[in-house]
Amino acid sequence: MRDGDHVAIGGCLYSRTPMALVREILRERRRGLTLSRNLMCYEGELFMAAGAVERVVTAWMGVGLPWGISRIVRHFVESGTVALEEWSHLAIGLRFRAAAMGVPFLPSLTMLGSDLMGVGGMKTIEDPYTGATVAAVPALFPDVALIHVHRADRFGNCQIDGYAHMDADIARAATTVLVTAEEIVPEEQTRAHPDRTVIPGVVVDALVHVPFGSFPHEAYGLYEADFDHFGDYTGAIEARGPSAVNGYLDRYVYGPPTFADYLDVFGGERLARQSRRARELTEPFAAFAERDA
Amino acid sequence: MTTTAAALACTAAELLAVMGARALHDDSTVFAGVGTPLLASVLAQQRHAPRLTIVIEGGIIGPRIKPGRLPISTNEMRAAHRATMLPGITDTFLFAQRGFLDVGFIGGAQIDQFGNINTSTIGGDYWRPKIRLPGTGGANDIASLCREVIILTTHEKRRFVPRVDFVTSPGWRDGDGTRRGAGLLFGGVSRVITTLGILGFDPATKRMRLEATHPGVTRETVREHTGFPLLEIDDVAVTEPPTADELAMLRALDPERRFLR
Repeated sequence: MRDGDHVAIGGCLYSRTPMALVREILRERRRGLTLSRNLMCYEGELFMAAGAVERVVTAWMGVGLPWGISRIVRHFVESGTVALEEWSHLAIGLRFRAAAMGVPFLPSLTMLGSDLMGVGGMKTIEDPYTGATVAAVPALFPDVALIHVHRADRFGNCQIDGYAHMDADIARAATTVLVTAEEIVPEEQTRAHPDRTVIPGVVVDALVHVPFGSFPHEAYGLYEADFDHFGDYTGAIEARGPSAVNGYLDRYVYGPPTFADYLDVFGGERLARQSRRARELTEPFAAFAERDA
Repeated sequence: MTTTAAALACTAAELLAVMGARALHDDSTVFAGVGTPLLASVLAQQRHAPRLTIVIEGGIIGPRIKPGRLPISTNEMRAAHRATMLPGITDTFLFAQRGFLDVGFIGGAQIDQFGNINTSTIGGDYWRPKIRLPGTGGANDIASLCREVIILTTHEKRRFVPRVDFVTSPGWRDGDGTRRGAGLLFGGVSRVITTLGILGFDPATKRMRLEATHPGVTRETVREHTGFPLLEIDDVAVTEPPTADELAMLRALDPERRFLR
């Protein structure tokens, strides 16, 4: 990671956010970053409050519907401190996919006829076969991709349970790919279920074993997002204004030296509760997996 | 507008969910966001459309939402509960672009007389707006790529503006074929279901018109709460109020009333 890098963050909103990697980048006090993510949750707000980010490329930014419009986004974007470059959700996906495919753009109908066209500089082209107007969605090649997966072997072959989000495309699109995994499995386990591998080891540059590496965001089947924590976070901002995020950074990012120390701030009971809730929601999947094992 | 709902012994969200559910047909597909759109879709599934396929932008097809565990975002386990396919987000939108999605449900901070929606910025210029809203999320694609778009919204004058500050999600754009002219091959807003009634669009001009009011709402009230001149069809209908059955089903889905406020 270098100052000024374009960093793509895997997962989506509060699902499989690579929180351990996000935390380390914040601790390294990087500056001048551009962040891209299809739906950006409060990890983007942490970068804003830390003064680490100049531009956010996204389709949506906030914590989630019940927590309302983000006061942090309003504070930093309305003052012109951070540029929020908005694309449609499909356009973000196709930008990563075009890069993953090694082509300069992909034709699509997304964003046509909307004012989003003028924000990030999307151009249209004439379909050379029919003459129709189509959007030419430009490839996005991030410098660095941050990705959290369910399991990987020591060669970096990654498997993801549940929804795939855009991670496989992001990994192919980026120059440097950093991965954290809930579990490191023997190579033979990858070879027993190769159809489950979505990111091959050849595209991965570094891999770290980090259980609960998305917490308090979710990992499908393993732990549910901790909505109480989100409420505490937004509640503090409601009460004390944008400076509350600096307090959050001290408590959760700059303070705890290791990720294990960070998880201790939440406590084992909270982790166990969120794991139980995930199992309740994915029981058929879990039962199937057990039978299969 | 809440007084309308109160007269019907339900909340604004319940009224919108019931009216939204009635607009959905069995053996069809609906692209639904969380909140009222998803409640409307699940209610339709339970009430009259058991083979309705719900599609959620987090990369989820065919979920069976667990009562009492309604999803808060489109990308979480609650949204994926007992889904039939998890194709990834980009591919989910590509199903819509290919034409597989019959109906899309969206809302918005501002809506104009051509059904354009703004969820991006209000006032100022784009890079330094007076109010920065969360952004499109999936709304632009749902509005552009579903065969029919239905808007669900509370009916307020500040929301129903002559011209949105920013077209995040195109409706009929500027009317007169401008949506097709921009390259959108199909779709368009068919209805705007509000807390006061149901609005449609004049087939020729694509300007919004009043087609039905909810029980107890006058046409004048609708006009007063709309920030632009509203056309009217000759015989403005009155909707059937939500039934006890519909409300009971909804309340069983959201017993904590997280979304039914």
